[in-house]
Amino acid sequence: MSKQSQQPQSIFNAALLKGALRDSLKKLDPRTLWRNPVMFCVEIASGITLVTFVMSLTGANREPAWFTGTVSVWLWLTVTFSTFAEALAEGRGKARAASLRKSRTYVTAKRLDKAEFGQNYTTVGASQLRKGDLILVEANDMIAGDGDVVAGAALINESAVTGESAPVIRESGGDRSAVTGGTTVIANSIIVRITANPGETFLDRMISLIEGAKRRKTPNEVALEVLLIALTLVFLLVCANISPLSIYSVKQAGHGTPVSLTILVALFVCLAPTTIAALLPAIGIAGMDRLFQKNVIALSGRAIEAAGDVNVLLLDKTGTITHGNRQAVTFVAVGGHSERDVAEAALMASIADETPEGRSVVVLAKEQHGLVRETPQDAEVMEFSADTRLSGINLAGNQYRKGASDSIIAFVRKRGCTTVPGDLTEVVDRIARGGATPLVVCKGSEILGVINLKDIVKAGIQERFLQLRSMGIKTVMITGDNPLTAAAIAAEAQVDDFLAQAKPEEKLRLIREYQEQGYMVAMTGDGTNDAPALAQADVAVAMNTGTQPAREAANIIDLDSNPTKLLDIVEVGKQILMTRGNLTTFSISNDIAKYFAIIPAALLSIYPQLGVLNVMRLASPFSAILSAVIFNAIIIPMLVPLALKGTRFRPMPAEKLLIHNLLIYGVGGIIAPFVGIKIIDMVIGMVV
Amino acid sequence: MIMYDWLQTIILFAILIILTKPMGIFMMNVYRGECTFLSPILCPLESLIYRICGVDRQEAMGWKRYAWSMVLFNLVLFAALFVMLMVQHLLPFNPQKVPSFTWQLALNTAISFMTNTNWQTYSGEQAASYFTQTAGLAVHNFLSAATGMAVVVALIRGFVSRKTASIGNFWVDMTRSTLYILLPFSIIGAILLVPQGVIQNYSDYKTVPLLQSTSYDRPKVDHKGIPLKDTAGKPVTEHVPIQEVTIPMGPVASQEAIKELGTNGGGFFNANSSHPFENPTPLSNFLEILLILLIPASLTHTFGLMVGNTRQGWGVLTAMLLLLVLSLGSLQWAEKSGNPLVSRLAVSGSNMEGKEVRFGLAGSSLFTVATTGTSCGAVNTMHDSLTPLGGLVPLSLILTGEVVFGGVGSGLYTMLAFAIIAVFISGLMIGRIPEYLGKKIEVTEMWMSILVILTAGITVLIFSGIALVTPSAVASMSNPGTHGLTQVLYAFASMANNNGSAFAGLNANINFYNLLGSLAMLLGRYVPAIAVLAMAGSLAEKKYIPPSLGTLPTDRAPFVIWLVLVILIIGALTFFPALALGPGVEHLMMIG
Repeated sequence: MSKQSQQPQSIFNAALLKGALRDSLKKLDPRTLWRNPVMFCVEIASGITLVTFVMSLTGANREPAWFTGTVSVWLWLTVTFSTFAEALAEGRGKARAASLRKSRTYVTAKRLDKAEFGQNYTTVGASQLRKGDLILVEANDMIAGDGDVVAGAALINESAVTGESAPVIRESGGDRSAVTGGTTVIANSIIVRITANPGETFLDRMISLIEGAKRRKTPNEVALEVLLIALTLVFLLVCANISPLSIYSVKQAGHGTPVSLTILVALFVCLAPTTIAALLPAIGIAGMDRLFQKNVIALSGRAIEAAGDVNVLLLDKTGTITHGNRQAVTFVAVGGHSERDVAEAALMASIADETPEGRSVVVLAKEQHGLVRETPQDAEVMEFSADTRLSGINLAGNQYRKGASDSIIAFVRKRGCTTVPGDLTEVVDRIARGGATPLVVCKGSEILGVINLKDIVKAGIQERFLQLRSMGIKTVMITGDNPLTAAAIAAEAQVDDFLAQAKPEEKLRLIREYQEQGYMVAMTGDGTNDAPALAQADVAVAMNTGTQPAREAANIIDLDSNPTKLLDIVEVGKQILMTRGNLTTFSISNDIAKYFAIIPAALLSIYPQLGVLNVMRLASPFSAILSAVIFNAIIIPMLVPLALKGTRFRPMPAEKLLIHNLLIYGVGGIIAPFVGIKIIDMVIGMVV
Repeated sequence: MIMYDWLQTIILFAILIILTKPMGIFMMNVYRGECTFLSPILCPLESLIYRICGVDRQEAMGWKRYAWSMVLFNLVLFAALFVMLMVQHLLPFNPQKVPSFTWQLALNTAISFMTNTNWQTYSGEQAASYFTQTAGLAVHNFLSAATGMAVVVALIRGFVSRKTASIGNFWVDMTRSTLYILLPFSIIGAILLVPQGVIQNYSDYKTVPLLQSTSYDRPKVDHKGIPLKDTAGKPVTEHVPIQEVTIPMGPVASQEAIKELGTNGGGFFNANSSHPFENPTPLSNFLEILLILLIPASLTHTFGLMVGNTRQGWGVLTAMLLLLVLSLGSLQWAEKSGNPLVSRLAVSGSNMEGKEVRFGLAGSSLFTVATTGTSCGAVNTMHDSLTPLGGLVPLSLILTGEVVFGGVGSGLYTMLAFAIIAVFISGLMIGRIPEYLGKKIEVTEMWMSILVILTAGITVLIFSGIALVTPSAVASMSNPGTHGLTQVLYAFASMANNNGSAFAGLNANINFYNLLGSLAMLLGRYVPAIAVLAMAGSLAEKKYIPPSLGTLPTDRAPFVIWLVLVILIIGALTFFPALALGPGVEHLMMIG
């Protein structure tokens, strides 16, 4: 799996912790805490113990004040730990949001009436700009809002948004016309049509997303919360039921005391699924944040979860499966020429060619034949044109050209060549069949050989697809190539399927077909023509370099514009769900030990026989109950790192993964509290 | 003896599993409306019923209409039985001239039979006329069972359907369940039981002289039925000599078959299936257990067939079997270990109190587990007399929602609700939005599954709590102390889970239990049933997601074991304190 491009900040850094501590206390306000119903119940329970503590102090409650007091303190800590976890998860986002917000202040814009350069403009504040306004942005100006370039082209520094310092080009028309508010023009001038009102811009949305202000619970989170609320209600009733049970038992046994309110409340908090409920908000926020560390912005938590669920990935060939550009891999001689001759002519034809393909020819000539040449001063450079479909140079009366087979043949025929080498067709066909592109090289009227230009499949991509397959995810390669080339590359990269000569409407149809069959489809795209397909896909990742329509149709935006990110997004989506599931299992499994700690302690005065249930041999009823309460509280901060980092993800079939996680979080969840409670009990024994 | 015990158990399960497949296929054909071997006879009858009742068999119902039809139909059934019980003395076929029920008892009984609970706070031979038994209670035995089957079939259709609103037609499902499944198989059952000695007549009760006259001390009661006590607080008794005995008669065999087949459990006689006229021989005992388990077990195969993967059905059945083996083993072990207090009196051997010698330990244990694992509630053993840990077994089977193999229909739908919860947690654990049988499990499914599995538990917790601090409820216990606590817990568990068996020893025919119990039975039946239908509706509208390597297979061992654990953990966490204070402490006291 790919390494993160950026080193993530340490989870526990002092400034973050301090901020989180302050926020965690603010979050104790019941008016905000009720959004987390389980912890809200715990807060009420804590309040009740506070009352019983005061009653103990005044003698209205027979329990020792140190006991009710300590229980109360730890119950309050339980709630605070939960708000702390949430605050900590939000902390990093907030820091980033603050820096983003800084970049937004005091921006003025030069408003134009017509999309033409050289007009007079009026200076207005960014907040006065509305959708459809035209603004002029000159060198060193900050762009005042999201928009499309309608005239001109400029070099733009987008580091404020992407964290990437290398500037990018934005120009009118085509797929690179979108600009983001808060970024700065370095060179040239452009005219931008504003596409978002203030407060709705990309930057605004990003800030609110990062801050978690507008974070809505995802459907899966709600479904899990239903389970947690139900369990909480059951445990509330279980504890309420203990009261009449013990009253009845005291009457029948003739001795002992009914279980006190403090103990019932303590038992309730221990049994309620506080561990998962406390960490649930943090898991989601931290997941988004982890994506953010990878420079991916999810426009909703739902999109990330859906990503965890994707079973078909539509991947663009170029940039995702293969390196963006074809590269020369071999020279093949024809008509009895030597390979070195071919290399020399190819080098000459490519020496002024600045395209990556051209450069790869130069590199290959050097690597294979030790040929190094500078671009001669007197050379006449023939750039590629749509008419001739050839490129090369004229040097000292020699015309070096490279191009598609038919174009070169036409070129040499024009120059009086009558016989094309007999083996040319065969060589060209062989290369094309292998999924590569044959470029024929000629010098004057003589065809020397063929450059084999190949799409280079990224190293390690096959293993990655294999892992995906083992997770049940199907990969489909999308390419504009002809079916022959596509099939060859698909076979090499080991994708499950491919769509050749893909047009936008065909992508859309493919997505719909998969969805009809019940698949969840993810795709990446950047062009305006991708927008319909992006809008249709369940998980749609737009490149930040993409056009505004593409970015609007998507639900995830990749600031690095790196298509392989889709795989990371899938991983984070799965991590979020797994962390939730694992902590739920852990939380519920914990209850077994807590029963064994509290029930004998609470009922010992009525039925001394129940001492056999005290399997942990806890010192006294009070310390048994306290140990359970303390364990229940401190397990929350202990699991915060896990909640923030997410369960480690291992690609393996579902069943193996389940057994693996059940052993760790299920069995571990049963054993851990037995050990933990016993240790705490011993510590209490030493202190008291 | 041990050999015989083992053989009986093994043969029973072998036959059950062999029958599961053909029976499952048969029921699938019935619910798909396809031809069965009974069609030539029953098709015209079925059409006639629809014509008379004005049912449009083609109508596809949404879940709300389906649920509304069910509720309305049950309400009418309830009203009819309630009135019948209230005016019993005016109706024919009442050779013993038994009077009418009090309104509280009539209410409790009508609700009890309508909800497939068959909790009886009356004694059949003393309080019910032949007319009531045949035209009232027996009819409910059929229709309450059919209701459960209709609901589970609607749920299965929810899983199978894709993007539709319809979950079937309630009237057709009811008619077909009764006509094609319950009626023919209970006729077969009755025919098999009669040769064993189960009676079937409408004669007057017979009075016969005793071969050896006897006498007993009867506690004296005042005009309110409250036992009198002397100044020392000891009960006052009177000496009663007995020379002759009245033997009740009745159409028992026909009632007996549907009582077991429909997991109803309402005995014709007060002694239920321990009465020699209801269950005379070990073979009749064997047949009755088989009848109890037949439909619930086979429905799992029907389920597998209908969802297009029989392994899913076998998976569910395996989970049920695991729980059953666990329960049966524990019960046998507890009863075999006997009671040390009795052993000290130099009486060795298993605990035979409350058991019929003709059934032995195996026949009694099997019946006990079968009747409480399903929502049947017929008894051939007095559960009150089991050892504390032995009594814990039927109690736990009821408290975990009766999923071994469960009541007809209700067992499977409760199990599927458990499966949905299990899928939800395990689905998250493998990093997917959980799905079961190709349907995504979302908020609606979670709410509804939770209502299905927790309604009864919540009812038990609240109502038993109330009972334990209500003096009149406590006074009804025959043995107060920890055992009394178990009696109350069992009573509400039995009613809320629509089981109907009683931990005898609790006098439940008082207003408190009759009225609160009626509420418990209503909640325990209709909240889950309506929730299941709502879930069926929600599932039917979803699209189908084909399984892939990333999908958790729900038909293989790891999930089956996980499902069993989820059931055990939810049950244990909910009732740990109550069970510790009831059977737990009682056991600890017994072993000293």
